[in-house]
Amino acid sequence: MRKQFVSTTVDIFEKDPSTVLLLGDIGVHGFKRLIDGCPERAMNIGILEQATISVAAGLSMSGLLPFVHTIAPFLVERALEQIKVDFGYQKLRGNLISVGASYDYAALGCTHHCPSDIAILQTIPNVQILVPGSSEELDFQLRNNYNNDHLTYYRLSEAQNNISFTVQDNLATIVKRGSRGVIMVVGPFLSRVLSAAADMDVTIIYYNQITPFDGDTLFQLLDHSSKLVAVMPFYESTLTHSIHKAIKGKASLLGTIGVPLEFSENYGSVEEHDAKFGLDEHGIRLRLQSMFSLR
Amino acid sequence: MYDERSIWEAENILNKLRLKIVRLSMLKQEGHIGSSFSILHILYHVYSNVIESTKSVALDKFVLSKGHASLGLYAVLNHFSQISDAELESFCDFNSGLGGHPHSGKHGSLVASTGSLGHGLPISVGLALGKLINREGGRIYCLIGDGEANEGAVWEAALLASEHNLSNLTCIMDMNGSGERAIKMGNVKEKFVSFGFECTVVDGHNLNEIAEAFGVCEYLHKPKFILANTIKGKGVSRMENNPEWHHKFPTQREYDEICLEINQL
Repeated sequence: MRKQFVSTTVDIFEKDPSTVLLLGDIGVHGFKRLIDGCPERAMNIGILEQATISVAAGLSMSGLLPFVHTIAPFLVERALEQIKVDFGYQKLRGNLISVGASYDYAALGCTHHCPSDIAILQTIPNVQILVPGSSEELDFQLRNNYNNDHLTYYRLSEAQNNISFTVQDNLATIVKRGSRGVIMVVGPFLSRVLSAAADMDVTIIYYNQITPFDGDTLFQLLDHSSKLVAVMPFYESTLTHSIHKAIKGKASLLGTIGVPLEFSENYGSVEEHDAKFGLDEHGIRLRLQSMFSLR
Repeated sequence: MYDERSIWEAENILNKLRLKIVRLSMLKQEGHIGSSFSILHILYHVYSNVIESTKSVALDKFVLSKGHASLGLYAVLNHFSQISDAELESFCDFNSGLGGHPHSGKHGSLVASTGSLGHGLPISVGLALGKLINREGGRIYCLIGDGEANEGAVWEAALLASEHNLSNLTCIMDMNGSGERAIKMGNVKEKFVSFGFECTVVDGHNLNEIAEAFGVCEYLHKPKFILANTIKGKGVSRMENNPEWHHKFPTQREYDEICLEINQL
């Protein structure tokens, strides 16, 4: 997904002179050609995330389209007030692209983990939040949203699905239909959920956009006996409010599957963290069976 | 530069603005009078001789980073007809465009939404950088406070201004001593020199010193820093250098006494 981010961004930059790239000392090698060829608009701005977001706001106020890229906790958590006030409050447009997702930098420890990014950004009005599930989806979302009228956050991750859905306005997609319940799944967890629930008689609905949340598609899918489980690659409580607001009491939310609210003081690999949190295919399958009483 | 008569006229205008500020603060029980008074001479010069006298008026921008001094900015913008009397009188009302801190979305004359300290200078760096990318003329002026300079984002922005050689940026510091009660900033001029700025120190209540410092900005090849030594609460004896008046609102009796003092000047 990171390679796709570079190639799509370079292509956009070559066509649109209003774009400006600010790298927080991350991805510099990948963008070397752009930085060397167009140093005025593409730069390694340094390791100063708070000022970087405010500078991006100033660029946006100048009619330019900033792309800010660094590791998720430094982009979202360290510079949160700058995102809230300088972009959110002032209703400025721009693009924030993070790497690292919840724990892609597993071995580097909790300072580089960010399972909270989506929950945090949801608290800022008018921020569009995109969680692409594949490189193809990232390419589609970046090209179709980089010059819209608000701040857009793109969450890149190492995990990818083996299928892609590029839908206008990033609306939810019904991937599979069944009768025993509904699984709502976000971004790069789709493939493992499809495998985990391959023999289950359930409907699966896929989201790669968190805000604005497509509640209508979910609501229409449900009836009063529906049982719903949500699976997400970030904090497990992140989407509870959006789901309850969308389903309007029409169905029962049995539970959510995601990263638990705890500091993971392990290192190792992403796969080891997934296994620890029950977020690998096996762990998800066990929890789905339990929630839907399929065993 | 200001001759004797224009200084006399300006001081008369500033006294009228002080009365407006004190009256509004009394009526609305809001506003930071001390900080508004310490920047009045600077704001008067910026809006009378810097931004309006430039050929490319629309290209110059002024960012009040120490947003709590908004009442001073509103009063000066009202004097120069960018804010109407009715708008000024609505200060801090529920539906007002003019709050306790400036919000760019509420009034066209307010460049940035500030209030949380340390945002205005990096935004100004972005505006100045944007001008270079867009190949536009004009300058960005940003007024920060000495207490505000505790914020790391101020120094991050200073680093970027120097790194990108933003000769179209002027940062003015209102050195009114607010920061002294917390962290002493030491020699701020030396700090900004070491960050690559061209620095000038002025008496922030001396219009000719202010004018001279602003006058050389456009001929520089690096970002400009003006350290303006000011008096918090300047112009009203009970408020001068009195931290009690940082966020205090006068009673009717205090307002009457302040009117008497100012009108006797």
